[in-house]
Amino acid sequence: MTLSADEAARFAALLEENQEALVAAWTDRVTTSLRGRLSHAELQRQTSEMRRAFQQALAGAAQDLTTEAAGELRAQLADLSATRARQGFTATETAVSVFALKEAVLNVLDGSDATTLRDYVAFSSFVDEAALFTFDSYVRVREELIADQAEQLLELSTPVVKLWEGVVAVPLVGTLDSARAQVVMERLLQTLVDTGSPYAIIDITGVPAVDTQVAQHVLKTVVAARLMGADCIISGIRPQIAQTIVALGIEFGDIATKASLADALRYVLAQTGKKKGR
Amino acid sequence: MERVPILKIGDILLVSIQIDMEDQVALQLQEDLADRIVATGCHGVIIDISALDIVDSFVGRTLATIAAISKVLDADTVVVGMRPAVAITLVELGLSLPGIRTALNVELGMDLLARERGEDDDEPDDEDEDEPGASAVATS
Repeated sequence: MTLSADEAARFAALLEENQEALVAAWTDRVTTSLRGRLSHAELQRQTSEMRRAFQQALAGAAQDLTTEAAGELRAQLADLSATRARQGFTATETAVSVFALKEAVLNVLDGSDATTLRDYVAFSSFVDEAALFTFDSYVRVREELIADQAEQLLELSTPVVKLWEGVVAVPLVGTLDSARAQVVMERLLQTLVDTGSPYAIIDITGVPAVDTQVAQHVLKTVVAARLMGADCIISGIRPQIAQTIVALGIEFGDIATKASLADALRYVLAQTGKKKGR
Repeated sequence: MERVPILKIGDILLVSIQIDMEDQVALQLQEDLADRIVATGCHGVIIDISALDIVDSFVGRTLATIAAISKVLDADTVVVGMRPAVAITLVELGLSLPGIRTALNVELGMDLLARERGEDDDEPDDEDEDEPGASAVATS
């Protein structure tokens, strides 16, 4: 049910005439729903801006949200949802901020004749549409946030650092699943090529648990590095991890394993020193 | 049929594979290389595969055969410049190219060969100590 031109005009006038009462009632409702997590003054500013946007849209004879006259309103709603999503409010709390307008309008409506009811239903569906739009924007912003964070996490968790001339290290932090293992492997091998380092140290101090799958990933990385002509050393094996490795029967074969990164570096330097000596 | 050029640099034969490694090309390279090692008396062979996108099991086996043939003719073989993607694929396929020594690039490959040669002249007990440091894949 869309808003007809005169219904829109009537509501625009109504929003204009009763603006103070409306904003007050609306702000009260929203403040209650958010349980004081935003200040009254802040919310009052938000609602009065929203009221103006609604009023402008209706004065411009907007029949639904997609029309050009509602452009300003859409921007306001999107802005509101984006702010709320970033501040950690739930989707319901965000949508209620818009729905509360309906109740506020009901309070100021003069319910004496039948046309008022029809008007109100039409207006109400307009507000519903606005609230749905808020919901969509909210979800979109949240998804963007999640995607950003996932990407940052992947970036953060797989740095390849140069420790010494010809020695690079990968400090692994966090659980190693297949996707991450793949990223680590590719980045390490690419760094080996780029820097021409014949030694790589894989430090697993930050890996909370080593099961057969994690060991498999690490072993694959080591074998791939060897195929390319670089040697890998595994370091940072904590006591419990060492026990788990033995209990699970994981074989590291002839791959050098060291207790700490310092030991691994010392081992590599001894190796290179021996070669330089010749 | 295309042929892979074999360049002689000092005591080393450098083979840089810039074309698709079809089976015939691989076999031809194997023959050519054996001829050249005998003709030049070189003691080192470097095979650069940095331009290869695909190393299949046949190419892998040919490389191993070349290494073995060179060894018989008293020349050490090093395969250099394997791309990360190729290495990952080989590992996923379970091919670890046994018997082939590898290095990251031509320069490190030449270092490796020089070291090997140096070791041969050294006393035998020194040789054992240096074994784990070499980038051999023979044991993996």
